[in-house]
Amino acid sequence: MKNIDSNGHVTGKSLYLDDLPLRQDSLFGVVVGSEVAHGKILDIDLQEAENDPGVIKIFTYKDIPGENQIGGIVADEGLFAEDTVHFIGQPIALIVATSERAGREAREKVNIKYKKLKAITDPREAAANGSYLLPPRTFAAGHPEKQWDRCAYVFTGSTEQAGQEHLYLETQGAYSYPMETENLMVHSSTQSPTAIQRTIAKVLALPMHRIQVDVVRLGGGFGGKEDQATPWAVMSALAAHLLKKPVKVVLSRHDDLHMTGKRHPYSSDFRIGLSKDLKILAYEVEYFQNGGAANDLSPAITERTLFHTTNAYYIPHVKSTVHSCKTNLPPNTAFRGFGGPQGMFVIESAIAKAAMELGVPAAVIQEKNFIKDNDVFYYGQKAKKVNLQKIWKAAHKEYGFIKKQKEIEQFNSQNTLLKKGWAFMPIAFGISFTNTSMNQARALVHIYSDGSVGVSTGAIEMGQGVNTKMLQVTEQTLGIKPGRIKLETTNTSRVANTSPTAASSGADLNGKALQIACSALLRRLKALASNLLNIPATQIEFLNEQVLVNGNATEWNWEKLIQKAFLSRINLTENGHYATPVIHFDKAAGKGHPFAYHVYGLAFYEVTVDVIRGTYEIDEVDVIHDFGKSMNPILDLGQAEGGIVQGIGYATMEELAYDAEGRLLSNSLSTYKVPDIYAVPSVLKVKPLKTSGHPLAILKSKAVGEPPLMYGLGAYFAIQNAVRAFNPEFKEFDAPLTPEKVLMGLYQKKEATAKKQLKSVNVFK
Amino acid sequence: MILFILNNELIETDQPEGMVLIDFIRSRQRLTGTKIGCREGDCGACTVLEGTLNNGTVEYQSILSCLTPLGNVQGKHIVTIEGIEQENLSPVQQAMSDRAATQCGFCTPGFIMALTAHSLKKENSDTQKTIASVSGNICRCTGYKSIELAAEDINQNLKGKDLNNTTHWLVKHGFVPDYFLTIPEKLEQIKTQETRKPGIAVGGGTDLFVQKADALYYADLHLTRDRSEMKQITFSGNRCFVGASVTASRLMENDQLINYFPDLKQYFKLISSEPVRNMGTLAGNIVNASPIADLVALFLALDSTVHLKKEKKEREIPLREFYKGYKQTALLQNERIEKVSFELPTVYSVFNFEKVSKRTHLDIASVNTALHLTVKKGTITKATLAAGGVFPYPFYAQQTNSFLAGKPVSSETVREAAQVLMNEIAPISDIRGSKEYKSLLLRQLFFAHFVKLFPDTIHFSELIHQTASS
Repeated sequence: MKNIDSNGHVTGKSLYLDDLPLRQDSLFGVVVGSEVAHGKILDIDLQEAENDPGVIKIFTYKDIPGENQIGGIVADEGLFAEDTVHFIGQPIALIVATSERAGREAREKVNIKYKKLKAITDPREAAANGSYLLPPRTFAAGHPEKQWDRCAYVFTGSTEQAGQEHLYLETQGAYSYPMETENLMVHSSTQSPTAIQRTIAKVLALPMHRIQVDVVRLGGGFGGKEDQATPWAVMSALAAHLLKKPVKVVLSRHDDLHMTGKRHPYSSDFRIGLSKDLKILAYEVEYFQNGGAANDLSPAITERTLFHTTNAYYIPHVKSTVHSCKTNLPPNTAFRGFGGPQGMFVIESAIAKAAMELGVPAAVIQEKNFIKDNDVFYYGQKAKKVNLQKIWKAAHKEYGFIKKQKEIEQFNSQNTLLKKGWAFMPIAFGISFTNTSMNQARALVHIYSDGSVGVSTGAIEMGQGVNTKMLQVTEQTLGIKPGRIKLETTNTSRVANTSPTAASSGADLNGKALQIACSALLRRLKALASNLLNIPATQIEFLNEQVLVNGNATEWNWEKLIQKAFLSRINLTENGHYATPVIHFDKAAGKGHPFAYHVYGLAFYEVTVDVIRGTYEIDEVDVIHDFGKSMNPILDLGQAEGGIVQGIGYATMEELAYDAEGRLLSNSLSTYKVPDIYAVPSVLKVKPLKTSGHPLAILKSKAVGEPPLMYGLGAYFAIQNAVRAFNPEFKEFDAPLTPEKVLMGLYQKKEATAKKQLKSVNVFK
Repeated sequence: MILFILNNELIETDQPEGMVLIDFIRSRQRLTGTKIGCREGDCGACTVLEGTLNNGTVEYQSILSCLTPLGNVQGKHIVTIEGIEQENLSPVQQAMSDRAATQCGFCTPGFIMALTAHSLKKENSDTQKTIASVSGNICRCTGYKSIELAAEDINQNLKGKDLNNTTHWLVKHGFVPDYFLTIPEKLEQIKTQETRKPGIAVGGGTDLFVQKADALYYADLHLTRDRSEMKQITFSGNRCFVGASVTASRLMENDQLINYFPDLKQYFKLISSEPVRNMGTLAGNIVNASPIADLVALFLALDSTVHLKKEKKEREIPLREFYKGYKQTALLQNERIEKVSFELPTVYSVFNFEKVSKRTHLDIASVNTALHLTVKKGTITKATLAAGGVFPYPFYAQQTNSFLAGKPVSSETVREAAQVLMNEIAPISDIRGSKEYKSLLLRQLFFAHFVKLFPDTIHFSELIHQTASS
């Protein structure tokens, strides 16, 4: 089944936040952000701006009736800055005006005086200055410190990874209006309606039940609207509440880029030890995470980096530490993969480093160390139903890699102007929120007396097709036609206390809750049919809108039965609640069983580098992916391909740049480049692994949102190998691998490499 | 008063000329299918169709409504996604839906309109052209592979397009509603005299409305894009004259120019995107004085002449003398570019353009360069090398050009010339690359010119090894 929104999308009828019809007297908010990355606010002069025609009111922290606090995990972030600012773009005030233009014009007239303080943008520099968001977190297994002498080979190295801008095509925004008494209606483009409801309640000093948050759909989220949709929604709610007028706050692209956090940049050191036969015996890693100016979701992202420190490999002795560093950048936040790509890049770099030094393809080390059934991930979860060996074999058989590798070698020996490279990127990605308590969901199903069905869940539709999957669950459980089912907007008054639609878990959690609700309704309806037909309920089944007895039609169909049920005063509404079983995790010990299951897969990359120009093309990406038993191959393929291309962007062209003052230089789409149609691999094949799926996945169909993104990292290593075919001295792990780094890498000499290698000393040297 | 047709409705509005079209469409007309993604022409979410009356028929192309001043749609037919609505999905919409080429859907109307513009062209389609039509559209959920498949379907559906009666054929096959057939007549009725007002000169708006849309909102605009006398490409004697308002698209599609420069289309594909090329003008690119202007590099290498006019006074200066410093030109107050001319290449000429940017398409160059050589019997008699991104303004490599003149085409010449070139540039480090990178890149692209133009004589390995050891 294709996405149920397809028709609306291709006709332009699908509504997004900024498309909602405006109420009379609507006002528009423009955010005033800090112009310095770190400083004391000496004076805020709003007078000239306030006198501007069209300006209704300018709000600052002084206008907040409740707490000036929006931090989700740690209460360390004000809605508006008070006396100190910590990043460029940090909200200081909200101008509410009769038009967006009037608000923007007034913003030019706001005069804020600062006393500049030293700004830090580099996580290592932050660490050297003791500037942390939280104490370091370490997960460990075995005794790596005792292994180094026993290893045949030990290699150390460092890696750099820049951040990544979400670049959801729809910028952040919210639209709020007052309802009777103190009630507020808030429309938002958010992955976390409940977080917004909770935060507005706190800021406005209202109980949560007064605030109704409603979400139709998002024009892209990718994690960027998990925590960071909140400030704008709270601002619009604050203004609407105090002015008693509808207020819309939609960020311009420029404001969005400056004011919102991105994927965390990491700077990391590793040490890897291998046996003579290339088994990885020990691995130590220290990550310096650039958290930005406030915690936001960094504590959770830290954990996921730790969980994916060993990616798809079994390593007996591991010590992994994340230093979450406080810098003067916008608070970095969730982004598809959520710390996973950072962890995986370092272990893949360590393996690549070992391979370079030993003169073997990295694939040899990768394949020897894949985790297998009953191995224990270093955080204590026993690996079950591991599919890596199966995937490795299937991929080789399907795509004939050995032949391809030989062809590439031959190509390189025959060509001087072009060089090819190849690499594998395996993944093992854990599914569940790492915070166990968040793994719960609810769904509300109404069957109306005409037989039509309304479904509400906590899931947010943002292009991944979760609503389509919810429709499939409903349709399959109740045995009715899709046309009868409507997916309602996501609304906190219909489904309360929702977890964000994040961690790839939206379909699993909400789908299971929906299954529970639909099953309860079905039981009730079967009991009625059983009475009517005088046949045991076990012999009754609903299929294609018909009530069947032992597979044979009866005089009862769906519509008729529903009418009967209504007249018989049977409850046609059900609320389902689901909490993932099995999972648990002891945060202090760093041990437990945090994931419902893992998603596995393998990608092969073939790339070509233009040796004259330093440009490159991704010729082919071949993937075998563990979709489980896909409930919707069309949507799942879209998620896989989309994730891969976004991951390739992250590994190659997407380069965030800040100046020393903490000012974002890549502050527009002309300076921050994401893949276009010509940047995708010429050939991209994603084939499903044949598997029976996992019982904790919805309809045995595994979560698919995040895992494929990490295949994108393979582009880095394949391009690196192509450069090395021309210049073997190129050994840097500094992502993204832009055309600039490629050209410099092609022509750099040995000394240059050594000199450029990192501002600070590797902790393992 | 601005008069135009929006979808099937005649619009008369007194909104300012400097208001961008997207705000008119979304806020004034409440047509919300057209999306705001970036307001700088880099995402394509706001793509609409622009139809222009030409000899009784209407020619359609894709434009970006976020950079189009309302004044520029005077007398045009503007079509938003709402304007192609019919009972059934169009073959473009159907293909995008069938191929699951829409995820979050925010970019989708832009893709649909770009592909519809492609369908409306009075030329035969192929898959590559169909894909090229969405070169200005970003899909961040990144369903490009599905979009490629949709493009193939659309291309199949365009087989048999009647090029003499294109609109009829497209109406018949459901690409556009039948009201399109009435548009030529309606546009004829609102045809107005070209007006000339003093004010800030605006061509396609593709740079000015990125830089300062708010400031231009109420400003007096001197709109030049639709001035017919400025839209001509003419040939006279051994020279080509290009009107100031000629767009990049018109340049790249000019058959005579393609005759002289067989790789012209390849060069232009590296320059911005299809809708930007449909809008941006040559004069706009020149006066903007960006150090990495792509068109300027091409015209510099042709040693072009700029024809200027101030009221009645006309003068000509070589393009290489037009730039005086960073964003400074020789243009006098109220002086405008009328046209640009250059000497046509001869049988002895060779020409090449190179550009490298972070993303190959729709990106601003880290370094671009064009080289025009006259070679007689293995000797370079004249060289004009231009480069962008290595100097405060578009760079004409005077010293390198002098050095090359009279030298034989050989690896030694190229190596030595590269040294000269490296000594006369002054790149700076910025978001498009470090100065070290830009220097190295220009050297490499300089080599690339020769490797490409003289594959039998110049071997890359000879250029590189000597340089490395020197």
